[in-house]
Amino acid sequence: MCDSRLLRLDPLDNVLVAIKTVEAGDCVIIDGREITLRVRLTLGHKLAARDIRIGERILKYHMPIGSATRDIAAGEHVHLHNMKSDYIDTVAQLARHSLGRSP
Amino acid sequence: MIITEQAFLRSDGRKGIRNHLLVAYLVECAHHVAREIAYSYREAGVELIGFGGCYPNAYAAKMMRELCTHPNVGGVLLLSLGCESFKRTELGDAIAASGRPVETLVIQQSGGTRKTIEQGKVLVRQLLRQMADVPRAPLEMREFIVGTICGGSDATSGITANPGVGRAFDRLVREGGIGIFEETGELIGCEAIMAERAVTPELGAILETAVAKAAAYYTVLGHGSFATGNAEGGLTTQEEKSMGAYAKSGGSRISGLLKPGDVPPGGGLYLLDVVPDGEVRFGFPNINDNAGIAELIACGAHVILFTTGRGSVVGSAVSPVIKICANPETYRRLSEDMDVDAGKILEGRGTLDSVGTEIFDLSLSVARGEKSKSEALLHQEFVLTYKTFEPIGPACLPRF
Repeated sequence: MCDSRLLRLDPLDNVLVAIKTVEAGDCVIIDGREITLRVRLTLGHKLAARDIRIGERILKYHMPIGSATRDIAAGEHVHLHNMKSDYIDTVAQLARHSLGRSP
Repeated sequence: MIITEQAFLRSDGRKGIRNHLLVAYLVECAHHVAREIAYSYREAGVELIGFGGCYPNAYAAKMMRELCTHPNVGGVLLLSLGCESFKRTELGDAIAASGRPVETLVIQQSGGTRKTIEQGKVLVRQLLRQMADVPRAPLEMREFIVGTICGGSDATSGITANPGVGRAFDRLVREGGIGIFEETGELIGCEAIMAERAVTPELGAILETAVAKAAAYYTVLGHGSFATGNAEGGLTTQEEKSMGAYAKSGGSRISGLLKPGDVPPGGGLYLLDVVPDGEVRFGFPNINDNAGIAELIACGAHVILFTTGRGSVVGSAVSPVIKICANPETYRRLSEDMDVDAGKILEGRGTLDSVGTEIFDLSLSVARGEKSKSEALLHQEFVLTYKTFEPIGPACLPRF
């Protein structure tokens, strides 16, 4: 069972998706474990469903969407600071995108 | 499993869930006359399609042939100006050879606008009478083709409606039906994962090549792939963004790759490659959602599952479009246009599994004759532009 503010897209996923805003300091329940969030999460953001080791693949929809760049504790926000693409460097992609947009 | 006993049996053995009469213009110059003829009979199932271009294009000719002989179509009235390059006799012959009644009017030979409209209306009434006694036969699951597409996506699309359709597609394929997903440009980053799902290594390589082609094509067009807004919405990687659209395909093995107008040979899940072959010509592969819908229908789709977050209202000529709304706010604003409220998942009123079942069940009800929302509102958008394709090779399709 997990918190009604979090969605598990596939039973084998190691991340959950926020479907409502969860404030920093709020408690969420993941698999019966109570975890206090350190940052605010809005719709669409991910959080670790369990402890994830550095180098481990991040699974969403039971599909790999990248891999962990450091150990991630259950309940931690999973985003650019602790995971990376196994396909193309997101940060470089974003930089290129913003360069293309600047006048 | 038999879906309905009342499908329309065509002489080529294919079965339709609707019995539309198409009025098809063969150049923009015949569009007005065709529309005037079709419009007064639109509640009788008469629909308008056409190709606007005057210059020849093999893709457009194949699309028109497949649409005019689609199992949901019972007869066709072709509208030609007279001097366009579209081979109207070839198309008329192909429709006649498929056992369907077909008539052709050439405006330059029929006395102009008013007289052609008059003659067209007489022909429509005659064709509708000829189509009325089409034999009925049971439609089996293994003959049922469902296409899926997304449009007007937002941050909710990838977490409600798209995986909901994925669940429905898993059920469809498990029960022996045929599912088609598309838009290789939205699958960039998923190619390796997708290739692992192919039924043969050869097909896996073909799927990867198709996505690489899309990536190259969109790069030339300067189409952005991953932007700051995506990261703000919680997406971290290119493959994660693409996975949101890819989730519509579910988890089944991928049986084959199609190009527009190729009809799947049997049950399974297929990827439709919509990006033209060769150098970049004629602009964006699909200029809007309806261009993709028309291609799925040309592959034989009886029904289209259309997911939307921001709220598209379109339907289509030929096959009914079922709207699956990802965002509960959008659903409340546009409920008259939306068939399924997938956003209920976000409000604890449903699960991905329950929404998947709802989508699957509704697609069967629509196959049995229930009208989708866009169909009841008489939406019948249609668009067809220029493209170039090489034919698919034998490794693209499974053997049965």
